[in-house]
Amino acid sequence: MSTPVVSDQQPAPQGVVHRVRVPGRRPNRLSIAGLVGSAMVIFWLLVALLGPLLAPHGVGAIVADDSFAPMTVQFPLGSDYLGRDVLSRILYGARYTVGLALAAALLASTAGTALGLFATVSGRWIDETLSRLLDALTCIPSKIFALVMVAGFGSSVPLLILTAALSYLPGAYRIARSLAVNLNMMEYVEVARARGEGRAQIACFEILPNMIHPMLADFGLRFVFVVLLLSGLSFLGLGVQPPAADLGSLVRENISGLADGSPAVIMPALAIATLTIGVNLLIDSLPGRTRRLTQGALR
Amino acid sequence: MKDLVRVSGLRVVAPNDSGEEQIIVKDVSFSIRQGEVLALIGESGSGKTTIALALMGYARGGLRIAAGSVQIGATAVLSLGAQGLSQLRGRQVAYIAQSAAAAFNPAKSIMDQVIEGARIHGVMTRGVAEAKAIELFRSLALPAPEEIGRRYPHEVSGGQLQRLMAAMALITDPELVILDEPTTALDVTTQIEVLRAFKQVVRNRNTTAVYVSHDLAVVAQIADHIAVLNHGEICECGPAGQILDTPCDSYTQTLMAAARPVVRSARSPDAGEKPAAPPLLAIDGLTAGYGRRDRHGLPNKLVLRDISLTLQRGAALGVIGESGSGKSTLARVIAGLIAPAGGTVQFDGAPLAPGLEQRTREQLRRIQIVFQNADTALNPAHTVARTLGRPLSQYHGLRGHVREKRIAELMDRVRLPAALMQRRCVELSGGQKQRINLARALAAEPDLILCDEVTSALDTVVAAAILDLMAELRRELNVSYLLISHDIATVRSLCDDVLVLYAGCKVESTSRQALSVAPSHPYTDLLVESVPELRRGWLEEVAPAVQLPPVGASSGALGLCTFLRRCPVRIDGVCNVEPPSRIVTRNGKQILCHHSDEELQHMCKLVPLDANRPEGSAPERPV
Repeated sequence: MSTPVVSDQQPAPQGVVHRVRVPGRRPNRLSIAGLVGSAMVIFWLLVALLGPLLAPHGVGAIVADDSFAPMTVQFPLGSDYLGRDVLSRILYGARYTVGLALAAALLASTAGTALGLFATVSGRWIDETLSRLLDALTCIPSKIFALVMVAGFGSSVPLLILTAALSYLPGAYRIARSLAVNLNMMEYVEVARARGEGRAQIACFEILPNMIHPMLADFGLRFVFVVLLLSGLSFLGLGVQPPAADLGSLVRENISGLADGSPAVIMPALAIATLTIGVNLLIDSLPGRTRRLTQGALR
Repeated sequence: MKDLVRVSGLRVVAPNDSGEEQIIVKDVSFSIRQGEVLALIGESGSGKTTIALALMGYARGGLRIAAGSVQIGATAVLSLGAQGLSQLRGRQVAYIAQSAAAAFNPAKSIMDQVIEGARIHGVMTRGVAEAKAIELFRSLALPAPEEIGRRYPHEVSGGQLQRLMAAMALITDPELVILDEPTTALDVTTQIEVLRAFKQVVRNRNTTAVYVSHDLAVVAQIADHIAVLNHGEICECGPAGQILDTPCDSYTQTLMAAARPVVRSARSPDAGEKPAAPPLLAIDGLTAGYGRRDRHGLPNKLVLRDISLTLQRGAALGVIGESGSGKSTLARVIAGLIAPAGGTVQFDGAPLAPGLEQRTREQLRRIQIVFQNADTALNPAHTVARTLGRPLSQYHGLRGHVREKRIAELMDRVRLPAALMQRRCVELSGGQKQRINLARALAAEPDLILCDEVTSALDTVVAAAILDLMAELRRELNVSYLLISHDIATVRSLCDDVLVLYAGCKVESTSRQALSVAPSHPYTDLLVESVPELRRGWLEEVAPAVQLPPVGASSGALGLCTFLRRCPVRIDGVCNVEPPSRIVTRNGKQILCHHSDEELQHMCKLVPLDANRPEGSAPERPV
């Protein structure tokens, strides 16, 4: 019963297909902010890797005559409160901050995301149990928790990573779960379920790709938190053990130089700032951020 | 009469991805005389809302009014500063948005919001404004005009809220009212009431208005002049009668052709009526809902009650009903996403398990569901290839090159160029997305496709193309459709049989041909009558809603007629006391009503059974 009217309309779909201008697939190139961010991150990764090789002095060597010496050719970033070379200490310390904080933040975010996804696709009981358990963990202050852990097991790098990761896991879990629960209600997830996809498939391929970006932003924040937690621990003498020091403890130990405007306190602080800003710049400009804009343009 | 509004050379631009300016509205000029209604019509993206907003000197985020002038009365709108604009808006020019539900603040009473404009501009005191609002409520035919202002937005219906927004706009007696798709989100039965109220108010107050819509039939009822827009340009602008009857521009003609109902149905004659084959889908006494189950196993909120239907292989069954009637729930139950509370579902002769886990992979493959909104039904993180490839590898174990080839075939089937394969789904247009949505269902090679409002979110022309495609697929692949829609024209154009749902009850089941033929259920009658026709004067011809006959309190018995509250032919002492029975009429319909075949024949406003039918084809299945 196809009437002539139908055949008259046959060209329409073709016209529709070609007339609507679709913005081309954008090359996944970073913006300027992203380039700056990645340059900063790469710089610190290199420092963490090669720092000790480049350091002019040993990490604990007292080489300068006076404490809080200004910048000179011999000591490009001055000397610290004991007369040690600040540049060398930063070059050694970056390894702890970047390695420890990165490992702990990665662990917290990955485990949090995985648990959040698991809770979302696993039905009510598992979801409730997991959520309440992690809520309980949230109410332990992270510093006190770290103190207890260090008191119990002694300070070591793996323990510090684990402690920091455990402290920040519940937060990551909460965010991951709330994102995943919303995405789980989307029709494409329903379609996948009606198609007979397994839970793992739905979690990893339908839900995860759409929440990865907020989770990365969350990771950037957690990274900063971990740096602060580790510096706090080091200040209390429970973190990285002297003479080794992470960037946070470099700031803390030289805090008395602040009144003199000593580079010994400013430089490590700058180092932390460039590292965390770099990480966040890079994450914020990852491709995928642009998706929202593209959608807006299509509306 | 002089021109109240004069727009000349209006140009609106937006920077695109690469930073260049893209022209959204290209040098548009028009004028509106005092007391006239101009309709701006076009597809989404044609710039109609952008033009309407520019009349208030407003450009949405990212847009910029680059050139042109807008003159309203003595005011040059585009040269006003921020203060001048806030003097203008809500006072000289008022705006009625598409979604009243989103435009009202749920935390304030309706009256406070309706008179807000008058208070802000300080044109009248609170008492005067409230009196005026009540007068407006009355002229907009709102129930209980004295009391309705004290309610909160969630306490009134969608249609009432839309009219209340009109009252909000009219409170300051603006010179120009802009109505932006004010009835698009409403059900047809509500739309007709709102349209009638708008038209009356506009006429009585001699208001000048701009009516933005994509729906030609609605525009035909209310506009004096029509401007047809395409890609930000006016294709044709003229008196409504001329545009509707003798359109000159080719684009206008396409638009008109797409808006006229077409029957694509087409069960190929040899495919149908194979004797004794078990129906593909048979549902009996289905009950479903949401929430906690009570002692009898009935859910807290019952959405579907006692639904029975059969669907033959290669047939298309339409399910019509307004929002909240349980249409989508029906599709979800069949797809296994919601477990029914009672009744049986048989698929190809074998019972279908209630939940997804108990169904076989083969059963899952053979039933596919296509959702209304391709924006949310396609995973934005996936490319087209991945979207179509997944069911291929899942059901048919295709890999690598073979799969690639099959994806290209599928895209060809739905008439998309294979070049789009590596695009992400969000980068496609609405019509393209809906094609991908269909293609994904086809990838499974299903026997039954559940289509939930597949064309509702699309423009008329694009929707017509999708319906053509669906009819073609049915002819060539012999798939069956369960087509869910609130739009009678869509259902009628594609389906052989139609089921009418009201509040979760099947009130009527009929063949397509008999749908608009009396006798029919009072609700079907109302529904079919309420669909606007593409000619002027239709609104005046349709009999206005009659006073409903009074009924006493409901007996509360289980299974009472769900349409009781709105039924124009209800009988006190019968309809509110006993559940209705299912009768079979002489034109083969099954109707759930207390009235007899004979009585319904007389009560219906629809064309009686024996009268000449405009379609020219006699009903196929008269008794």
